[in-house]
Amino acid sequence: MNPAVLSQHMSQRYLRRKITHWIMMGVLALASGLALIPLLSLSAYVLTQGIPGLGINFFTHLPQPIGETGGGMANSILGTLTLVVLASLIGVPWGIGTGLYLSEYPPGRLSTAVRFSADLLASIPSIIIGLFVYTLIVIPMRRFSLIAGGVALGIIMIPTLARSTEELLRRVPVHVREAGLALGLPRWKVILRIVLLGNARAISTGIILSIARVAGETAPLLFTSFNNQYWQRGLGQPSSSLPVQIYTYAISPYEDWHQQAWTGALILVLLVFTMNILTRILLSPRGSSS
Amino acid sequence: MRRLVSVLFGFFSLSSVVIMIAVATEAATLINGAGATFPFPLYSKWFAEFHKVDAEVEINYQSIGSGGGIRQFTEHTIDFGATDIPMTQEQLSKAHSPILHIPTVVGAVVLTYNLPGIPSGLKLSSDVISELFLGKIKTWSDARIAQMNPGVKLPNEPVTIIRRSDGSGTTAIFTDYLTKVSPDWKTRVGTGTAVNWPVGLGGKGNEGVAGLIQQTPGSLGYTELVFAKINHLSYVAIKNQAGEFVEPNLNSVTLAASSAIKSMPKDYRTSITNPSLKGAYPISAFTYLLVHESMPKAKGEKIIKFLHWALGAGQQYAQKLYYSPLPPEMISKVNHTIEAIHLVPDQHE
Amino acid sequence: MSNFRLRKRARREIHLGDLVFSYFLRALSFGLALLLAVIGFFLFRGAFASISRYGWSFVTESVWDPVQEVFGSAPVLYGTLVSSLIAVSIAAPLSVAIALFLNEVVPPKIGKTIGFLVEMLAAIPSVVYGLWGIFVLAPWLRTRIEPILAQDLGWIPIFSGPYYGVGMLAAGLILSIMIIPTVFSISREIFKTIPTAQREAALALGATRWEMMKISILGSSKSGIGGAIILGLGRALGETMAVTMVIGNRAEISASLLAPAQTMASVIANEYAEATSDIHLSALIEIGFLLFVVTFIINAFARLFILRETKS
Repeated sequence: MNPAVLSQHMSQRYLRRKITHWIMMGVLALASGLALIPLLSLSAYVLTQGIPGLGINFFTHLPQPIGETGGGMANSILGTLTLVVLASLIGVPWGIGTGLYLSEYPPGRLSTAVRFSADLLASIPSIIIGLFVYTLIVIPMRRFSLIAGGVALGIIMIPTLARSTEELLRRVPVHVREAGLALGLPRWKVILRIVLLGNARAISTGIILSIARVAGETAPLLFTSFNNQYWQRGLGQPSSSLPVQIYTYAISPYEDWHQQAWTGALILVLLVFTMNILTRILLSPRGSSS
Repeated sequence: MRRLVSVLFGFFSLSSVVIMIAVATEAATLINGAGATFPFPLYSKWFAEFHKVDAEVEINYQSIGSGGGIRQFTEHTIDFGATDIPMTQEQLSKAHSPILHIPTVVGAVVLTYNLPGIPSGLKLSSDVISELFLGKIKTWSDARIAQMNPGVKLPNEPVTIIRRSDGSGTTAIFTDYLTKVSPDWKTRVGTGTAVNWPVGLGGKGNEGVAGLIQQTPGSLGYTELVFAKINHLSYVAIKNQAGEFVEPNLNSVTLAASSAIKSMPKDYRTSITNPSLKGAYPISAFTYLLVHESMPKAKGEKIIKFLHWALGAGQQYAQKLYYSPLPPEMISKVNHTIEAIHLVPDQHE
Repeated sequence: MSNFRLRKRARREIHLGDLVFSYFLRALSFGLALLLAVIGFFLFRGAFASISRYGWSFVTESVWDPVQEVFGSAPVLYGTLVSSLIAVSIAAPLSVAIALFLNEVVPPKIGKTIGFLVEMLAAIPSVVYGLWGIFVLAPWLRTRIEPILAQDLGWIPIFSGPYYGVGMLAAGLILSIMIIPTVFSISREIFKTIPTAQREAALALGATRWEMMKISILGSSKSGIGGAIILGLGRALGETMAVTMVIGNRAEISASLLAPAQTMASVIANEYAEATSDIHLSALIEIGFLLFVVTFIINAFARLFILRETKS
């Protein structure tokens, strides 16, 4: 082939490849933009629909009977706080303990099984956890209750926290542990004081993230903590929670309730986003000690 | 680092305080009930008003549907249930203890529709209604609908049937009516709180159905009257046994209720759909609270107090929310039934 | 492994405290595995009445009729499968494209920020998606998109029949948004593990940036991406609240995507608290049990894929 034709052929091919490249870049950019549309639309709606309902009443009042305005979600907010605390009381020690076992003790059959169980448990639809807790706690107790809701959310926390703790602690260099052991500290102290507390910042981000996740769960609460239009009356009684209240209001036909559902959603989203951003700050290189 | 630990510690101690407060406020009596969505607007008013009468009592009522009310009540997860359809003999025998049905008010199930420009009063006969819900009549401009509604501009649009997705007393009342008027419905679908619908979209609760109708032009569904009223939905005038097109109102619903008084069974479990009386609205029903015949003292006393209140002072709220009060001759009977409830000493759970 | 060295050291002097502590952690870990087994057992026990009464017909029959006590879950399984497949077929290419774009094209700082935003999609609670679905997505579909689909593409069975806004399509769309972050973050993690040398090799041979991505990135992470997609599928299958709020709740097999449907999770959310007969309840628990088993299988698969990736 004549070199001139060859080079023309080459440059044509090159051009075609270049064009494909640019088209694909466009496609990739478009895809990224597309994925952000729902986030933008959702945030915009939650803000514009939710803000008008923000007021002191929303945080201090109980729900009103149908057709009467001025009600709020005070009890739901307290309910969600209580549920999150209960869930943490179960989920945090159990999850972190399991994570410690997985990262600090030699691998064996148990740790393989536990790792697999944790991954499975984490991916089980949360409504199934609700079913389970209903038969385990609600039926024997003969009452929907905060405890049942807290247990359901706690169970959901365990596997994610166990795995994130394990992942985080694996990154801790061995010599840190060895230094502790060399000082003559017993192993349990090394694990608790040096490995765990030494990485408290990282561990706490794991905790915050798992709290953020369960705070927005609705399905497992439908038949555990149920709902209540009054203030909660103790842990053995049903209680309102933000997600369930949003759900109830969202599918209702009342204008005023829709408004409150949006405002509730705004609070919930703010709560969850704040926690997520907080973890980013905690993990940013500047403040990190590990 | 230390600071972080103390922040976390602080969070936990603060939250335990929150829990302590939550536990400490257990003083008031909390009574839990759940069930029918049909009377929910009235009940939510009642429980709020009764709280003003007796501040010690908080009655938490969740409208999860009559099916759920019966289920959770027989599971003993709630103190009282609420249903629009009496429990069946089978359900009663499965419950471990005797159960009382306390009728509270009379309500009407209305057929509501979303046809822009056509206000309430569209006329439909029972056979057209059953064929619409069987999916045999598919468009609004169907000749049989047009024939009953001369002068109404019916759109040439498909009919979107909206019905319940959950177990529902409203469904039971409506399907009870359809079963009575349509042999075809009786064999193909039948009566129940949840049935195998031939067509339609499902909404959760009366609230959900009303919400879906609002959102869907060309839809037809069924809800309790008050849901249509509050949400400004149009509703149908239904042809009754006497051959008149009747709209649901205090008068036509009360007539339907009074038609049943003579043959009222002792436990009030009766159906008043498709009455033969002139002027009576064809799809109405008593709605009931379910209570145990024997109850622990502390809660039982409060529940009895509430029931008497509901049948007395409570009845005045019914009309404002488009329910019909119980006929006076029934009220005294029901009050007797309530007095028969016996209280047993509290056991600590 | 480092743990090995630790073990040796620990063996030399065993404190009572160490013993107690290690047994405590072991008990917690064992408890986690036990918890899973107990959940499975409870579901099986609850479902037993339905399993023994209906046998295989439970998954093959398509009538869900609580009045006649006939329970066939085929429509529910179908609804679950189709809505999840819609979700995956939209989310998978999008997520991989975003991961490529953010990891390989834009400057790291911008990539990090946008990546964070995409991951925020995962943080939004399901019920908020549902709220948005009812009041924004469904009306938009009903007034803007579905009329066009029905009019111009109505001859294709999947776009035939009346439309309502809510339905299979709405559920599939909302699910796709919800699983994008899952598939995206795993894909990005995988891309990050590919050594820079591999990219440079392709570029040095004269490949354009896109060709480099095709050859050295996508080519060598196929099974990892497969695993990511399967995990996304797993998440879509079990998603409850948002789906329940927009799918229309009707248990029927319909070719049209515009028609309402019902999924395994949504039927439980709708009917569980309200089921009146014991057999109805048992049938619902059996659906929960099936969902449990499916999750089990899906996860085993995804792990297999991702494991193969990280080993090679």
